[in-house]
Amino acid sequence: MANAAHSHAGHDAGHGSVKSYAIGFILSVILTVIPFGLVMYPSLPKDVTLWIVLAFAVIQVLVHLVYFLHLDRSAAQRNNVIAFVFAALVIVLLVGLSLWIMFSIHSNMMAH
Amino acid sequence: MSNLVTNVGHAHGLDHGHDDHHHDSGEITVFGFWLYLMTDCILFASIFAVYAVLVNNVAGGPSGHDIFELPYVLGETALLLFSSITYGFAMLALFKGKKNQVLGWLGMTFLFGAGFIGMEINEFHVLIAEGFGPSRSGFLSGFFTLVGTHGLHVTSGLIWMAIMMYQVQKNGLTATNKTRLSCLSLFWHFLDVVWICVFTVVYLMGTM
Repeated sequence: MANAAHSHAGHDAGHGSVKSYAIGFILSVILTVIPFGLVMYPSLPKDVTLWIVLAFAVIQVLVHLVYFLHLDRSAAQRNNVIAFVFAALVIVLLVGLSLWIMFSIHSNMMAH
Repeated sequence: MSNLVTNVGHAHGLDHGHDDHHHDSGEITVFGFWLYLMTDCILFASIFAVYAVLVNNVAGGPSGHDIFELPYVLGETALLLFSSITYGFAMLALFKGKKNQVLGWLGMTFLFGAGFIGMEINEFHVLIAEGFGPSRSGFLSGFFTLVGTHGLHVTSGLIWMAIMMYQVQKNGLTATNKTRLSCLSLFWHFLDVVWICVFTVVYLMGTM
């Protein structure tokens, strides 16, 4: 493992190993099955279920980014991470503000 | 254009001073592809916003609760997740230089991806046959646009993958093919990330 990492210093950070893919796969299975189970067999209050489902989705996206897309804090990945963080900011503004505007209009114009 | 690429590569090399791994044009291509994927994220974010705005406008038709079948969606999710890990193994085989393993794993990834698309087409077909097509309500327009756009991306990925299998078969694991397979790897894993958002926002929150 350590030998493999040294033999292609520049590359190994970029494409993971069987172990990293297996970890990502197992985590993804857990993070998929639990939210599906909670929705298919409701056992918790609805708002608690909603927050758990959303939290698990965010965690699973991060798991995929780290174990499948190999984003990390290495120098080789720095530009990719910066581009991703900027895109994430744009997405939060785009989705968040759109929904804020549209639901404000809805409650001001149509609710009564 | 080729001057520009050369200059960027050169400047990048200078930044690092003593670079122990060379920055060839392949790495710049993969970075450029990553930037494209970030813009694709923004496309999907816009469609998600549209879907979220329209989700309650069922116009007397069915809501998500009436038409979504979670065990079916779990099956689609499993196929896409399996295809992600088999593509990962194709990339590991690629960096070990094992051409036949690369082709084998790409073939398995293709089958899982094709299975996913087959299930999605069947789901759309059943909905439209029941009269719940995209023109039925705002909710269904948003649903077909969002899930269909993801499906079109996966279909493009499958076509790309078939072409890459042909090129690897014909030309072997050349530097060009490595770059292309690295871009397709990002594309394929990215589509799985988008699918996590789709099954959470559309299917799970819609059924809740």
